[in-house]
Amino acid sequence: MDRSLDGKHFDAVIIGAGMSGLAAGIRLAHFGKEVLIVEKHNAPGGLNSFYSLNGRKFDVGLHALTNYVPPGVKGTALGKILKQLRIRREELDLSEQVGSRISFPGESLFFDNDFSHFETEVARAFPKSIDGFRRFVAELPTMNDPALFKRMDSARAALAGYIADDALIEMILCPCMYYGSASPHDLDFCQFAILFRSLFLEGFARPYAGIRPIIRLLLDKYRALGGKRKMKCGVSRLEVDGGRVRRIHLENGDCVTAETVLSSAGLVETMRLVGKAGEQDDPRCHERLGFAETMTILDAEPSDLGWKDTIIFFSTEERFHYEPSREPVDVRSGVICIPNNYRYSDGKRLEEGWLRITSLANYDYWSSLEEARYYEEKVQAYEALTQNALKILPSLKGQSLDDLTKATDMFTPRTVTQFTSHLRGAIYGSLEKAREGRTELQNLYLCGTDQGLLGITGALLSGVTMANAHVLNK
Amino acid sequence: MTREEVQQEILNIIADIAPDEDLGDVKPAVRLRDQLDLDSMDFLDIVMELRKRHSIEVPEADYPKLETLDSCADYLTPKFNN
Repeated sequence: MDRSLDGKHFDAVIIGAGMSGLAAGIRLAHFGKEVLIVEKHNAPGGLNSFYSLNGRKFDVGLHALTNYVPPGVKGTALGKILKQLRIRREELDLSEQVGSRISFPGESLFFDNDFSHFETEVARAFPKSIDGFRRFVAELPTMNDPALFKRMDSARAALAGYIADDALIEMILCPCMYYGSASPHDLDFCQFAILFRSLFLEGFARPYAGIRPIIRLLLDKYRALGGKRKMKCGVSRLEVDGGRVRRIHLENGDCVTAETVLSSAGLVETMRLVGKAGEQDDPRCHERLGFAETMTILDAEPSDLGWKDTIIFFSTEERFHYEPSREPVDVRSGVICIPNNYRYSDGKRLEEGWLRITSLANYDYWSSLEEARYYEEKVQAYEALTQNALKILPSLKGQSLDDLTKATDMFTPRTVTQFTSHLRGAIYGSLEKAREGRTELQNLYLCGTDQGLLGITGALLSGVTMANAHVLNK
Repeated sequence: MTREEVQQEILNIIADIAPDEDLGDVKPAVRLRDQLDLDSMDFLDIVMELRKRHSIEVPEADYPKLETLDSCADYLTPKFNN
């Protein structure tokens, strides 16, 4: 199988076997294009990947597949992806969330995949704001709205035009920012509208076995269509002449050519391969957001401990702080995810209990530590994040988390740079997005994170739309 | 190919694009996008599938001719038999 690629020509070379790269690859291969996907890591999935540790399977990324809608709802992102990738709904085997909440000092808002429940909660907690909230939802632009992509207003300012209670604005922004804002403090209204729809008007779901079956499904499709891929082999350089990428140099020394190159590596990261950019070319690079996540495997079913939420978005302060962390990890806010709390078919339960805690983290701090110190500090940060989360979660009533813990793991922004190309471990990439996917080179386009659609659904849609726009419908 | 066969082939293509749609009761005179969850991306796919499977080219100016099963039959039957 592992014949040399040297000298081969392709219709398209795709950089990165993450969600967007695989989706683009499937689209192109389906319509008869000769495609090569190159991936520097040994596992596919990119930011939504997986690994094994001591015989246990871990997911990276996936808390929830957002944009979930039940069968029969028309004109949705999930529907678009299924059709464009020729995937039947059953193949994803999605189970809906039990229910989630946004937890702030003195107030908690429940929501699930039935939007009327969230609306009722907002009316209960913020009666002054409910009319404005309803007006906002009624006027929320849809993803199909071309005007959406021209609006770059502040989401905070736009929300203030509808909602009287500042506390409600903070509570709405928290999940939206954690699930897809590359920019600190505020995000542009168009990105916010997409996220609000995908989280609240649509909803959360998860396959029983996590991210693996989604990746397997995409890989199987791509392979069956004749798509080629090269794993554990990044791109070392894109050779440019006359405003086009002429050759793609791979890390193993092979060199290939392609009509079109689609890169999911990120805008600045991709231009670095061309030799045209450094970190300084992203003037707001220091504002890129790093994240840490802890994983705790429990010797108990979380709902038996009283932990019945699927996801909790929390802030321990009234004003929600979403910004590059000054501390190693910022415990003031975060996301708690319990993958057990989905309505799996036939009442099936996951084999073990899981607790995942995500927070903002400081890239410079984690990347500067020498190896031994790094592991020590991870232990400290793990402790800080889990102890903090225990204040948000329902009380364990005398039981200690340590006694319930079978295993743990944790990733930091440093981990992200090991397995993806994203500068500063920024899982949501650059603050500036290239929505059209264009670069200064005629045959080099972006897909994935820096094209601006985030999350699993967003990334898949990004791959699809970029493959359509820049290769198939050219 | 008869008009009926052309309509069936269009339905076959739609079935591949949107396997979750019920195509048992598609009305030939009603716009496809009014009966099914099909958007402009899906119509482009129908065009591309026609090219891939039957080497039939549908120029962009003619996309409106794919609106209904009847109009598909009117427009595509001569192309299938060419």
